[in-house]
Amino acid sequence: MGIKWNEMLVGGDPLLVGSQIAIVLTVVAIVVGLTYFKKWGWLWREWLTTVDHKKIGIMYILSGVLMFFRGGMDGLLMKAQTARPEMSFLDAQHYNEIFTTHGVIMILFMAMPFLIGLMNVVVPLQIGARDVAFPQLNALSFWLFFSGAMLFNISFVVGGSPDAGWTSYFPLAGKEFSPGIGNNYYAIALQIAGLGTLMTGINFIVTILKMRAPGMTLMKMPMFTWTTLITSIIIVAAFPIFTVALALMTFDRLYGTHFFTLSSGGSDMLWANLFWLWGHPEVYIVILPAFGIFSEVIATFSRKTLYGYTSMVISIVGIAFLSMIVWVHHFYTMDAGPAVNSFFSITTMLIAVPTGVKIFNWLFTMRKGRIQFTTAMLWALAFVPNFVIGGVTGVMLAMAAADFQYHNTLFLVAHFHYVLIPGVVFAVFAGLYYWWPKMFGFMLNEKLGKYHFWLFTIGFNVTFMPMFFLGLKGAVRRAYTYSAESGFAPLFLVSAIGSIILAIGFAVFCYNIYWSFRYAKRNVSHDPWDARTLEWMTASPVQFYNFAVVPEVKQLDAFWHMKKRGETLTLKESDIKKIHMPSNSGLPFYMAVVFGITGFFLVFEAHIAAAVAAIGIVVGLIIRSFDYNDGYYVSVDEIKQTERTWRNVEGGTENHVG
Amino acid sequence: MEHKSKYPVSHVVGFLFSLILTFVAVFVALKMNVSYTIVMWIIGSLAIIQAGLQLFMFMHVTEGEDGKTNVINMAYAVFVAIVIVAGSIWVLTSGHAAH
Repeated sequence: MGIKWNEMLVGGDPLLVGSQIAIVLTVVAIVVGLTYFKKWGWLWREWLTTVDHKKIGIMYILSGVLMFFRGGMDGLLMKAQTARPEMSFLDAQHYNEIFTTHGVIMILFMAMPFLIGLMNVVVPLQIGARDVAFPQLNALSFWLFFSGAMLFNISFVVGGSPDAGWTSYFPLAGKEFSPGIGNNYYAIALQIAGLGTLMTGINFIVTILKMRAPGMTLMKMPMFTWTTLITSIIIVAAFPIFTVALALMTFDRLYGTHFFTLSSGGSDMLWANLFWLWGHPEVYIVILPAFGIFSEVIATFSRKTLYGYTSMVISIVGIAFLSMIVWVHHFYTMDAGPAVNSFFSITTMLIAVPTGVKIFNWLFTMRKGRIQFTTAMLWALAFVPNFVIGGVTGVMLAMAAADFQYHNTLFLVAHFHYVLIPGVVFAVFAGLYYWWPKMFGFMLNEKLGKYHFWLFTIGFNVTFMPMFFLGLKGAVRRAYTYSAESGFAPLFLVSAIGSIILAIGFAVFCYNIYWSFRYAKRNVSHDPWDARTLEWMTASPVQFYNFAVVPEVKQLDAFWHMKKRGETLTLKESDIKKIHMPSNSGLPFYMAVVFGITGFFLVFEAHIAAAVAAIGIVVGLIIRSFDYNDGYYVSVDEIKQTERTWRNVEGGTENHVG
Repeated sequence: MEHKSKYPVSHVVGFLFSLILTFVAVFVALKMNVSYTIVMWIIGSLAIIQAGLQLFMFMHVTEGEDGKTNVINMAYAVFVAIVIVAGSIWVLTSGHAAH
């Protein structure tokens, strides 16, 4: 089956045509801008070919912001459609496409890159390393993720969006019931992005186990590093399940196999089973690093060591273990019988135990601390009560018998938004306000940050609190409209108004980035928050080699105790030795391009073209195996010069805290 | 394990046990008059025991700086494999799902 070129662009709907025009104009603007300011070389050398973990992290975060915008627009469109009963703003098909892309984008292309971005920037610095274990693989991770994300994102204007929900349940997602190419995008784009994530997991396990500064035993690692380690282990355990499930889905859709079909011995529920075997651990993959961020932020701004460090570590490991054995709670209504449902009810409720331990640890960290109400800390403070609402409703849903009532209602939708938004999005914002000076050498504006915080938090509660009650009244999820007689209208309207406040909050955040980039003071200290961990020991923005001399770690909160001993700025120039660094490489970017092209042809079921493009992938692998570039050395003189620039400005800095 | 003594005790013990396990498997398969399923279960179990034995006696998983990590890694891999395979079979063959 060849590509039907004349049907390729989705047309008709003014919203879509508008988007197509906007996309074309944006691309033209970027190309013209780069050419006019002669920035192509800069873009290639500094960003597209970089293997520097900090720059890769920043690119992840930028993608996260973009995808947040895209997923947020989807959310707003849904809220507009359901604001009044029987609206005809979107039709059923368009609504299906939008809730599908909203879910996929928010989890896989917003939450994941934000967190992996922060992990990239922060973890090597926290453990006193010069980069991750496999820098070029790290670049490949990013570019594969980006390739998958872009492939998924063009779906709504090129060929049609997937429309079977972010869970893509069979039989609906099969060729029988979804004959268009939309769901091919799901199978193939997520496969490409998933490869990148899997590589990230491997990379961070090795980095954290092998590259810690001398003296930093596992139990002296900062909490964010701990959560990153455990997250990476869950990634390596869970993502291959998704890889296999997506591959089977691709076979079913493209080559007529019967893994998940209703006929010929397929099992549709096998898809649901495999999806959630990955999908539930995935929830913990995004929540654990977020817990790590809150731990760092709360400890720093309470001026205290994290309370119950050991119990924190045990809780993370416990959550990781439990995350693998709760997946059936997503489909109790399949009714695998009382034994199965009871088992998974109990394991699910058990998760509340380690999570509760962590909540109390954070509260006890704050107790008797001298709390500073910075924007980062506000997010962490708001996280606790909001997340508890999400957690408690989660225990309600965990009861299999009760879940038969809640299943597929907006109660569930409200629950997971109350878990994921305070749990992940608040954490990402806290992390961005906290680590921004480390990434860019200037701070985000605190005043705008507080507007952002209040608008976002209030908007979030106004949007999602009514959905609990709508769900209890029987409003189902994924329904594009409802009748006036249902009585749902007032609460839906409140929810829609909340989503506008939420969106304004996000707009303030974007404006804050712009404002701070233009006007914020550039002479921030390397340690503006008076923080506790090693990343604050080096310059802001961080030199490309991270540390002139790798620090020696003696206890938890190493940097805090070094400051107490007055050791931080004493750098003996005789200690400086030449530093080995990895070279840049264009290969990861090239791989992203060929993977993207191959994926695109596969989506359109142009098998021969895809096979030809796939040769490009093999060529990339061959080039890589003959790559003998072992990196280069940074000379002692260059290090001395760089270190003098920032260590000298030390006297003229100011602390923004307070 | 046996860094100090020159005589490779663990290798000899491991070798003897491997031989025993192998011959037991051969005996069960050829000489015992039981059903095919039971034979498969017995020799399957013997194979897993022998694989574990060889990991410790010959391949030194517990030794070296990564010994602990290796053991945790394998235990976790076994756990994940059991959860995925046995868990899926259990879930998909019980209750209404099976009918």
